[in-house]
Amino acid sequence: MNSIATYNFAYLDEQTKRMIRRAILKAIAVPGYQVPFASREMPMPYGWGTGGVQVTAAIIGPTDVLKVIDQGADDTTNAVSIRAFFAKVANVAVTTHTADATIIQTRHRIPEKTLREGQVLVYQVPIPEPLRFLEPRETETRKMHALEEYGLMHVKLYEDIARHGRIATTYAYPVKVEGRYVMDPSPTPKFDNPKMHMSEALQLFGAGREKRIYAVPPHTEVVSLDFEDHPFEIQHFEEPCALCGATGVYLDEVILDDHGGHMFVCSDTDNCEERRAHGHRGVLAGHALEAAE
Amino acid sequence: MTQPLLRVHRLSKSYGARMGCADVSFELWPGEVLAIVGESGSGKTTLLNCLSTRLEPSSGLAEYRMRDAVWRNLYDLSEAERRFLMRTDWGFVHQNPADGLRMTVSAGANVGERMMAVGSRHYGTIRSTAIEWLGRVEIAEDRIDDEPRSFSGGMRQRLQIARNLVTHPRLVFMDEPTGGLDVSVQARLLDLIRGLVADLGLSAIIVTHDLAVARLLSHRMMVMKGGHVIEQGLTDRVLDDPREPYTQLLVSSILQV
Repeated sequence: MNSIATYNFAYLDEQTKRMIRRAILKAIAVPGYQVPFASREMPMPYGWGTGGVQVTAAIIGPTDVLKVIDQGADDTTNAVSIRAFFAKVANVAVTTHTADATIIQTRHRIPEKTLREGQVLVYQVPIPEPLRFLEPRETETRKMHALEEYGLMHVKLYEDIARHGRIATTYAYPVKVEGRYVMDPSPTPKFDNPKMHMSEALQLFGAGREKRIYAVPPHTEVVSLDFEDHPFEIQHFEEPCALCGATGVYLDEVILDDHGGHMFVCSDTDNCEERRAHGHRGVLAGHALEAAE
Repeated sequence: MTQPLLRVHRLSKSYGARMGCADVSFELWPGEVLAIVGESGSGKTTLLNCLSTRLEPSSGLAEYRMRDAVWRNLYDLSEAERRFLMRTDWGFVHQNPADGLRMTVSAGANVGERMMAVGSRHYGTIRSTAIEWLGRVEIAEDRIDDEPRSFSGGMRQRLQIARNLVTHPRLVFMDEPTGGLDVSVQARLLDLIRGLVADLGLSAIIVTHDLAVARLLSHRMMVMKGGHVIEQGLTDRVLDDPREPYTQLLVSSILQV
């Protein structure tokens, strides 16, 4: 039954981890620059976090505590599977508490609780190139990064304003890192962009299919692009979380029935649970679902 | 106007054993429009691509007087400098507008792209400049948010011209700007280009096989055959009094209706 013995610690062999660590070090040295790396086949399909898993596998040690979130939640398929994967192949402690974790692998959210020094946030990235949808040629986008030709990024924002009257990009909102590279913060909601700025934690981004790793080191300037007369804004929610009553957090809309009943709840499940444990109550906490009607 | 804008000296480009263009020398002055004419395969597009640094010539040099009045050999510029020149001081009008436009973004963004590329970050300013330029190329203001895909061939070509001229370039390269358009649209476009060139004091190098285009737009012309410039001079002189047998053939082969 001890099938784990056939795997190296954290699944990847040491040479592969070494190669990924080199890419990570280079990425940290040049904040926002996409470092190519020899991405491996992982025991999961592309799009399920192969990049993030490889980065996590390369940096995790026996004493680390791992948390995995998917859209802010600890209990969705992707999060549960990756957490179980590392519990098995690396035998590390896992947690759902943001404060206890040393490594947090995430898909599309940054936890509400401010990350502190010593923590590492690993993003799963589908398409690392922020210019991709405007310029399909990889040779050309690399040249544009090299020569700092970022006018095209504003063309996208211009199109938003021309069509919608405001910047309608709500996720994967482009940022400029340390005044040099324009970077795609992976499809996190733009609500989370300000959290990346001057963060104490190390932020690593892994794109498995596209074979790129990039990073934002701690205490690095991350500025969201905008126009002078249309400044960057984050999403605002009309009502607080229906379960814990939190305001100023990112909320998900949950449909309750087919009569238009819905509720807004925290996307960060750990934050929501912790608040409820401390006695905070939203309007729907502990009530029957019919109450929504 | 004591100095030319562009000096070309013995420029040659060969593709292995085959020759693209050979031993071309000329000077282009500010405000001057130069037409390069010749039949297909005569090397005129190769020459244009070399001049616009899209191709590296095999030998020879082309010097350009930058905005700060310093002469620079175009082929010694770094790629960053060349690309900067291409989107500020130069324009390039392609024969097929789809090559020069971003077909998937709106007309306004197409015109505004160069402004944003050189650092303009005020939406209102970009938009009003785009509207002004669309007006100058006779595109209605209410088409500003439409994609060029929905434009006719003539409109696309006019949009491409507006997109190139928005940063007030001093030199514009045009590769068969009227090719593929029907005759009445061609006439309107030629009229427009002529007006813009005169108003803005542009220098332009126009490649065409259509002698009527050369007659209408250019002050001076060069006739190319087999990669060589066989005759050059004032447009009216070359067309009215062609000296080389090939030029005489070219002029006499224009259909008279």
